[in-house]
Amino acid sequence: MSPLLVVAVSLAYLLTLFAVAAYGDRRATAGRSIIASPWVYALSLAVYCSAWTYFGSVGRAASSGVWFLPIYLGPMLAMVLAWLVLRKMLRIAQRYRITSIADFISSRYGKSPLLAGLVTLITVVGIVPYIALQLKGISVAFDVLTAVPAALARERAWWQESTVYLALALAGFTMMFGARHLDSSERHEGLVAAVAFESVVKLLAFLAVGAYVCWGLFDGVGDIFARAAVQPELASLFAPGQGMAFAHPQWFALTLLAMLSVLLLPRQFQVMVVENVDERHLRRAAWVFPLYLLLINLFVLPIALGGLLHFGPGQADPESFVLSLPLSQGQPALALLAFVGGLSAATGMVIVETIAVSTMVCNDLVVPVLLRTRRWSEGRHDLTRVILNTRRLAILAVMLLGYCYFRLAGEAYALVSIGLISFAAVAQFAPAMLGGMYWRGATRHGALAGLLAGFALWCYTLMLPSLAKSGWMADDFLRVGPWGLDWLRPEALLGLGGFDPLTHALFWSLLGNVGLYVGVSLWRSPSVAEASQALLFVDVFERSSQLQPVFWRGQASVASLLALAERFLGPERARELFERYAREHGRSDLSRLDLVDRLEPLQADAELVHFVETQLTGAIGSASARVMVASVVEEEALALEDVLAMVEEAKRLLLHSRELEQKSLSLERASAELRAANEQLKSLDRLKDDFMSSVTHELRTPLTSIRALAELMLDDARAEAGGAPAMRLEQRQNFLAIIVAETERLGRLVNQVLDMAKIESGHAEWQHAELDLVALIRRSADTVAELLRERGALLTLELPDSPVILRADPDRLTQVMINLLSNAAKFVPAGSGQIRIGLALQRDRVQVEVQDNGPGVAPEQQALVFEKFRQGGDASQRPQGTGLGLPISRQIIEHFGGQIELRSQPGQGACFSFWLPLGAPDNDKNGDRA
Amino acid sequence: MSATILIADDEPNILLSLEFLMQREGYRVLVARDGQQALDTILQQRPDLVLLDVMMPIKTGFDVCQAVREHDELAGIRILMLTAKGRDTDMAKGLALGANDYMTKPFSTRELVDKVRALLGAQP
Repeated sequence: MSPLLVVAVSLAYLLTLFAVAAYGDRRATAGRSIIASPWVYALSLAVYCSAWTYFGSVGRAASSGVWFLPIYLGPMLAMVLAWLVLRKMLRIAQRYRITSIADFISSRYGKSPLLAGLVTLITVVGIVPYIALQLKGISVAFDVLTAVPAALARERAWWQESTVYLALALAGFTMMFGARHLDSSERHEGLVAAVAFESVVKLLAFLAVGAYVCWGLFDGVGDIFARAAVQPELASLFAPGQGMAFAHPQWFALTLLAMLSVLLLPRQFQVMVVENVDERHLRRAAWVFPLYLLLINLFVLPIALGGLLHFGPGQADPESFVLSLPLSQGQPALALLAFVGGLSAATGMVIVETIAVSTMVCNDLVVPVLLRTRRWSEGRHDLTRVILNTRRLAILAVMLLGYCYFRLAGEAYALVSIGLISFAAVAQFAPAMLGGMYWRGATRHGALAGLLAGFALWCYTLMLPSLAKSGWMADDFLRVGPWGLDWLRPEALLGLGGFDPLTHALFWSLLGNVGLYVGVSLWRSPSVAEASQALLFVDVFERSSQLQPVFWRGQASVASLLALAERFLGPERARELFERYAREHGRSDLSRLDLVDRLEPLQADAELVHFVETQLTGAIGSASARVMVASVVEEEALALEDVLAMVEEAKRLLLHSRELEQKSLSLERASAELRAANEQLKSLDRLKDDFMSSVTHELRTPLTSIRALAELMLDDARAEAGGAPAMRLEQRQNFLAIIVAETERLGRLVNQVLDMAKIESGHAEWQHAELDLVALIRRSADTVAELLRERGALLTLELPDSPVILRADPDRLTQVMINLLSNAAKFVPAGSGQIRIGLALQRDRVQVEVQDNGPGVAPEQQALVFEKFRQGGDASQRPQGTGLGLPISRQIIEHFGGQIELRSQPGQGACFSFWLPLGAPDNDKNGDRA
Repeated sequence: MSATILIADDEPNILLSLEFLMQREGYRVLVARDGQQALDTILQQRPDLVLLDVMMPIKTGFDVCQAVREHDELAGIRILMLTAKGRDTDMAKGLALGANDYMTKPFSTRELVDKVRALLGAQP
């Protein structure tokens, strides 16, 4: 195939990419972003599949069978099992505007510039070979396609070869779409669109070739496997163990490595975390990405076997089977398609990786150094252009480094091995990063120590041997160990032999890394800055975005913060951000800051400082942002005690608010009680009204008879005077007797009502005299004797012979006795009534009872008997009475400290009894008096 | 033929005075001493007018009035309520229940007679 054709096709493809990226960017600025779709996000993750997938996997499958799989099993497992870890990483990155792995790690451990620089260095050292391998893949593919013999390829000068132009073209593309402006979110929408497009192209191309090999060259997948099975050296490719010692640990190590790499490779972090616009997209990606991996790997083994079958083992380079197979069958178009697919895979990887690495280099290596020079840190001019140009330069530099590595070292090693070495390098970030997300106790020193140890061990066990094996260094230290020390052999440290170099290196580097990370972290406690960052990272889900905890105290003027923002983000953008902040936080004093007189006196609060710092982080990395903000803010160093005090304060406020809640609850209860009391008072009021109306009724009733009868008699007298027939004498006498009786009744009633009123209102006059209760009772009995005789009732007195002395009001007690006796007289049956008065003397009280043989009182009525105006018995037989007698008696007895009660059964009479206390000690001679 | 008046009151002396009064005026008099007795007598004897005391045992005057007014055929019976309670609400209640007139105790006999005559005179 003519080289010109291949170049033309490649150019056309790159232009298409360009167009896609431009379209994506235009859609983004129009507000209708393409990457708002979860499909685009999920496809962009497939940038994981680089030229390695295209060429390297087939090569590996051809030599070691199913051993190409762990590289893809790892990510599948990681997406499915560890997507919660990914989610946390996403949340942290978005909350704190983290734009690279170096930023993540340095931010977590107190925004340490040293840590950021170290991570960047490790990344560059580890990834540059990987970039080189992509370039190598394309170069080899180009040669295969254009049928350049291997010998000629080696002899070419660098400018005769296409790769350098490809590298430059890619650098230009990346600069254009990756460093157009400084976005504090570091999103590159057009680029992500292009990457997703590339994922689709490479998948389709690979599937096309695979389908062709299976059904074009052979009779289906089954046919391939059947034919391979009969050839012994091919059949062995199916066996998982592949005859290697320690197959299981190796498989495990490779899978683990791949799992970590899908999180920690710079390009994966870039598309998965930094370019993510919506956390929910992760859900879609969690199954789409593994599905993609499955699809793209479907035909790897069939193609490898097909190639081996077709060409014979060892006859052709397995890494180019995807090209050589179609070419050998006269299918140049398909081969070209495969080439485009491979180009797609390689360029996708290179672009994204370069952006990621250049961001790190710019933010974490160059800018800190720049800011250290007085000219940059104290000048007031706009730094955005400087930073942007630094970014572009970094992109170019990384690309050229990759190309140089490709020229110098790419021949020596198979693609896959270089790739695995890079994987092992980024795996060193795992303890610091994953540990930092879940362990609050991890410290900066621990992370530093771990990273250094891991990196050093990686260098020694993997990097140096690879250099030696490519002929760059003497390799005897490889065979017998440095200075002849066998236990220091790089590929069998401390005698751990038998493993393949990768597993061995992974074991030692991770052991050293984790060991020192944990050990050093535990040795010293974290500083304030680290502890607060630890909280922010580990507890990112518990912290609402509204309350940003700010462990900071100090003075800053808004003017200087604004100036800082302008320098690094550009004047327009800075003002935009301040306006947005003012709007969102309701700080009208912060808007219209272009009016100078508004600006000068304003002081910034902690939240604003935090906000500005976060925005700067996106542009220059968290470590540099911290440094710059610290330079304009006079910060008070916050001791751990102060932080603890703040936490205590927060706790106290929480307690206080809970107390307030309690108080308001009890207030509610109190007011409910008040309402109930009010109701009670109202009902008492009603009772009083009822009493009043009862009294009115009782008074008016006798008045009615008196008036009516008197009028009747008057009419009658007038009639008689006029000569009309008059009442009979008996009638007149009867009426007059009734009038007299009713008048008496009225009088009694009035007296009793007044009495009751006086007693209840406390205006009654009470005498306190010594009296003999026995004599008093006898006197009362005499008083009612006449009444009893009329009724034919028999009175029995069971009283002691000796006096019973107590202090009370004699008139009142007499009133009580007469009331009880006249009640009894009212109710006993006429003619056969029996009334008994008894007196019992106890230690501290005297009890008197009046028993009658009347009809008794029903239990449900017994309480009513002592109520005003209630009278027992049937209404029609209601004897003359006032209904106030018993209530008054009760008041009297209770006034003197006693109690009155009724015991009765219907049909068995009633017994009213009361007891009175015997009072003062000088009265206890009672029983001894003769 | 003279009208029949039912006097319902639980106070014997008031009953006595009213009975004498009405008889002197030439009416035929029936008596009841509680609400139930009053209601039974009304239903059985259909007096032309009832002097109804409010505070009575078993059924109050209000109960009786309401019960009587539920029977359409008794609509012609005049009811005059007598009460010793002083509240206006009682009076309003009585009239609302269907009493034709009321008097508070103690009343003037002359006034009472006038009212009775007026109520009975209005009969067709």
